[in-house]
Amino acid sequence: MPTIPPSAEPVVAVRDLQMSYGTHEVLTGVHFDVHPGEVVCLLGPNGAGKTTTIEVLEGFRLPSAGTVRVLGADPATADDAWRARVGVVLQSWRDHPRWTPRRLLGYLGGYYAPYATAEHPRPYDVEWLLDTVGLTDGADRKIATLSGGQRRRLDVAVGIIGRPELLFLDEPTAGFDPQARRDFHDLVHRLSDLEGTTILLTTHDLAEAERLADRILILTDGRIVADGSPDALAREVAGRSEVRWTCDGEVFVHPTAAPVPFVRQLLAQHGDELTDLEVRRAGLEDTYLAMVQRFESATRPGELAEVTR
Amino acid sequence: MNPTRNAVRQGLRRGWTEFLQSLRSPQDQGFYLFTGLVTLAWLWFNRNDEVGDSGLLYPSFALPSILGGFLTFGVVIGPAYSLAMEREDGTLLRHKALPHGMPGYVTGQLTMQSLSLAPSLLVVLLPALLLFDDLMHRGAAGWATVLGLVVLGLLATLPWGMVLGAAVPSVQKMGTWGMLPILVLVGISGILAPVQALWGWVQAVAQLFPVYWLGHGLRWAFLPDAAAAGELGEVWRPGLAVLVLATWAVAGCLVAPRVLRRMARRQSGSQVQAAREAALQWVR
Repeated sequence: MPTIPPSAEPVVAVRDLQMSYGTHEVLTGVHFDVHPGEVVCLLGPNGAGKTTTIEVLEGFRLPSAGTVRVLGADPATADDAWRARVGVVLQSWRDHPRWTPRRLLGYLGGYYAPYATAEHPRPYDVEWLLDTVGLTDGADRKIATLSGGQRRRLDVAVGIIGRPELLFLDEPTAGFDPQARRDFHDLVHRLSDLEGTTILLTTHDLAEAERLADRILILTDGRIVADGSPDALAREVAGRSEVRWTCDGEVFVHPTAAPVPFVRQLLAQHGDELTDLEVRRAGLEDTYLAMVQRFESATRPGELAEVTR
Repeated sequence: MNPTRNAVRQGLRRGWTEFLQSLRSPQDQGFYLFTGLVTLAWLWFNRNDEVGDSGLLYPSFALPSILGGFLTFGVVIGPAYSLAMEREDGTLLRHKALPHGMPGYVTGQLTMQSLSLAPSLLVVLLPALLLFDDLMHRGAAGWATVLGLVVLGLLATLPWGMVLGAAVPSVQKMGTWGMLPILVLVGISGILAPVQALWGWVQAVAQLFPVYWLGHGLRWAFLPDAAAAGELGEVWRPGLAVLVLATWAVAGCLVAPRVLRRMARRQSGSQVQAAREAALQWVR
């Protein structure tokens, strides 16, 4: 696993984070850093502990063991000035049904005003923010009447209203339609590129992780089993290229670790009979499934034995 | 700009906004209209009944008690429900994610609930003044006393509504842990029926709680001296009423912040998520 050189002070530093509820261990020793300006994506199967990890970092939950530093402070004891520098995007459900987005954003933004400095004004201008998240249309409607997509845009706007230096997003695009998803990706890029916001997000959507993340962490079985750029992770799982070709109207598929020699040989062998050649490198999805499988089968022999008995 | 003072200012703004939104909401208007109409109809049908041998008509005697009951009920059950609900729907969590969000949220609740008291009392009081004679026997001084008692009653009960909302495990449990005890308490406190009609030990229990004393105080403010015949021991005890209400107010202001802090500490996204799933699953 590649380790990142400790160039700058990390924005998030997690060391041996453990979390258990009674005898059920959710996190067994999580270890990672997030550096300034990075977009880091936490991937993992359901119940792997992604949300728990994020909640510990947000200061909403106390870990059982381990140390966590976020923006130089322990989130469990951090003060309100720290809180003003952190943005949290929550999945809204039915809160503030009678408010309008414009009014709610104006109200929530008001809490950040005392923390504005000359070089870092807070909060964002409400009009600008509504426009940025694409909510100008619904800005004066009651929140109860917004569509699911509009609501999630509002959630994102609420999360960033205080112009955070670090933003947490827990499954931000759940329930988004493709257009809303695309818009959201653009917004994340803009926050990261223009504002230098450090972003930590969880998702189930591998394509999304691939598009957004500078770095991906795969969390399974309560720890981080992979940490690297999407490309690096794909390379780590060797022999995952897939060659498909059509010969005499028949379709063939062959997985190989060395696609170039294989294709050369294929061309030499079949020549003009060969039509429709396709070489596909392992994507993040293959990597992810391979990694999760590898760790789950390695760590749970007992359970498998039970099933087959 | 001081962040704490700023948060309190945001809370006041929040309370005012929520109050205006409540006034404009057909749901809340319907509630006020319903309670007002039912109460007035009850008083109207009993308008010619004399209470005991005091010479007082039923509406005169009952109105102060009813106002006391409305105040207690609204100011305890109102914040209890909205706190329990906003804990589950994510409102509280949003404030937890803000700098000084919790003081702001609590200020907002206190503001909103105090303001809501006005329409809930006026919807009965104003029409009653038009419909019935001889409600207020003590003139301007009586009205001033009523106002003072309403404020004191608010202070004595509102913090406990917040405590209830913070301590109750979920909105679904509010019926058992919130509504029921309050209904029983209001029932034994001489609001619906004179407390003398009940057993001695129940009278003793009722006198431990602010509901009885608020009703007693309000009756004292509205009714003539002679009406003391209808009270326990056949005397007015305004001093004791003020003392009991003040004690509850002080105790509430000491307990509520602690319970609210505990509630805020435990609030997390998973908790909201769990509530969401529980609400979708009716039968378990």
